[in-house]
Amino acid sequence: MDIKVERVSKEFGGAKALDDVSVDIRPGELLAMLGPSGSGKTTLLRVIAGLESAEQGRVLFGGEDAADRPVQRRGVGFVFQHYALFRHMTVADNIAYGLRSRRRAERPSSAEIVRRVGDLLDLVQLSGLGKRFPAQLSGGQRQRVALARALATEPRVLLLDEPFGALDAKVRKDLRRWLRDIHDQSGKTTIFVTHDQDEALELADRVAILNKGRIEQVGTPDEVYDDPATPFVMSFVGDASTLPVEVVEGHVRLGEVELPAILDPGRVGPGKLYIRPWHVTATKVEGAPPADRLVGTIRTVRRAGEVHRLDVKLQTIEAAIEADAGLADQFAAGDTVALTINKARLF
Amino acid sequence: MSDAARSDAAKRRRVTASVSSESPAAKWAIIAVAVGFLALFLLLPLVVVFMEALRKGWATYLEAFADPDAQAAIRLTLTVAAIAVPLNIVFGIAASWAIAKFEFQGKSLLITLIDLPFSVSPVVSGLVFVLLFGAQGLFGPWLAAHGVEVVFALPGIVLATVFVTFPFVARELIPLMQSQGTTEEEAALTLGASGLRAFLTVTLPNMRWALLYGVLLCNARAMGEFGAVAVVSGHIRGLTNTMPLHVEILYNEYNFVAAFAVASLLALLAIVTLAVKSFLEWRYGDALAGRTGH
Repeated sequence: MDIKVERVSKEFGGAKALDDVSVDIRPGELLAMLGPSGSGKTTLLRVIAGLESAEQGRVLFGGEDAADRPVQRRGVGFVFQHYALFRHMTVADNIAYGLRSRRRAERPSSAEIVRRVGDLLDLVQLSGLGKRFPAQLSGGQRQRVALARALATEPRVLLLDEPFGALDAKVRKDLRRWLRDIHDQSGKTTIFVTHDQDEALELADRVAILNKGRIEQVGTPDEVYDDPATPFVMSFVGDASTLPVEVVEGHVRLGEVELPAILDPGRVGPGKLYIRPWHVTATKVEGAPPADRLVGTIRTVRRAGEVHRLDVKLQTIEAAIEADAGLADQFAAGDTVALTINKARLF
Repeated sequence: MSDAARSDAAKRRRVTASVSSESPAAKWAIIAVAVGFLALFLLLPLVVVFMEALRKGWATYLEAFADPDAQAAIRLTLTVAAIAVPLNIVFGIAASWAIAKFEFQGKSLLITLIDLPFSVSPVVSGLVFVLLFGAQGLFGPWLAAHGVEVVFALPGIVLATVFVTFPFVARELIPLMQSQGTTEEEAALTLGASGLRAFLTVTLPNMRWALLYGVLLCNARAMGEFGAVAVVSGHIRGLTNTMPLHVEILYNEYNFVAAFAVASLLALLAIVTLAVKSFLEWRYGDALAGRTGH
């Protein structure tokens, strides 16, 4: 099932939650909607589900306008951020709820429902826990019950709102991989909302990045990471330092120092240079610093995964820049270093 | 036990003692005041009611209920409660639903209005209905022209009772429903349930204990209400006298045994309500959490 969101806008009390948003979701893909809190990502998910109505624009399910279909008949499976399990029902009754809500003619027999619930419990690896109540489960188990419940009605589309937001780091990692497996098995079009860039990049086929109710970029994880369309995407997906620069005669300059960046032809005047820490090499400087190099003083050295991340305060201007250094390199706070920028992006 | 362990234990005892700084004497004095007060002002009257009622033995006690007027009063009280309580269940659920699950203008005004019956003297509430529906009242002539009796009849008594008991159900439900939010209902809708099915299978079960608790309080007050009902009833014997009004009449006629016999029924109702309430709190304390007490 492909979904088209066409020019959707929505306001909440004068504030624009969604501002002319368009996005195409391809059949069978796993799309992440990534953005900071308040960016409108959850609102967009709820508009697609039919839990909110758009003031302008429309949502198409397989080419058909969804406006005429209330939430009950959109064929969406929705997993809520805090799961919203029915607390007074057992796990099995929670999962069976959707099937039992069907009209008599379409409702499977009780035996069939029991069988389906059993299958789903197996799928989410909770066999034998059907008689428990939600309060007796761990966070990760509740999450899986919520997913089983959403899958029980065989929805056309699966929508997940911050599916791993309330879980601890280890459980979150396991569930990510597991969700990917389930998606690959079922082949269902799936959209999930997250504020966690790692989660989006690791899990999704494509990522839609939202900011202040607008879509900034839609692309594969590689595209948004390596070829960000806007300054916001550059700084939100992956780390980046910024430097105020001047474009003169086809070169990017910061004072006396020339910096690398791909330039649009004819571009002149001030700009902002975005630099990834791993595109910066630091070397120790003894004696007088060279005038044609970027020079600064290390403020802190932090461990960041497999590297040390240096926070360097520049000498010539009021700015700081982050650089990654190998664990073997002996840097300490207070050292003077010269920086070589290997790659950067100008906006 | 080693010396170190002994001195540790001693230290701990000192720490525990220092948490409540009062001496044991002060502690017992405070408890005695509280218990004494309750015994004198709450327990003793209750005992006296039953003692007075049974002073001339069971035969006289039961005779009080053989009186047709007493039976009429009991019947009327049960009828009024049977109408007023279900009405307030509906109103209470509607009001708390609106307040807890929707955002709209004038919401804080509505919350204040729900509390109004608690803050207004019941006598005033009764008078309002006389002014509205009485013979000289706003709607009185129109109602009289259409042969509808409100004041000095069952409808007036029911109206006054509904007004006075309105907050009980709503006040129990609002905090609970606010804390539970709407996502479970939304989940039910995405699973294909109709609005009605979501209400019956999700909302209602989630609030059942708070609702039952509110209904108990509402019922106790509906049967026991005196002030508002006294104004609108007109005290017509065998017709518009509820149990509390009947008690007053008997008492004014110096028929103490009968008065206390009927009163003992009302007291019994209070005891049963308290017992059921305590049982619910003990058994379903978690489900009731989030409500405010009165």
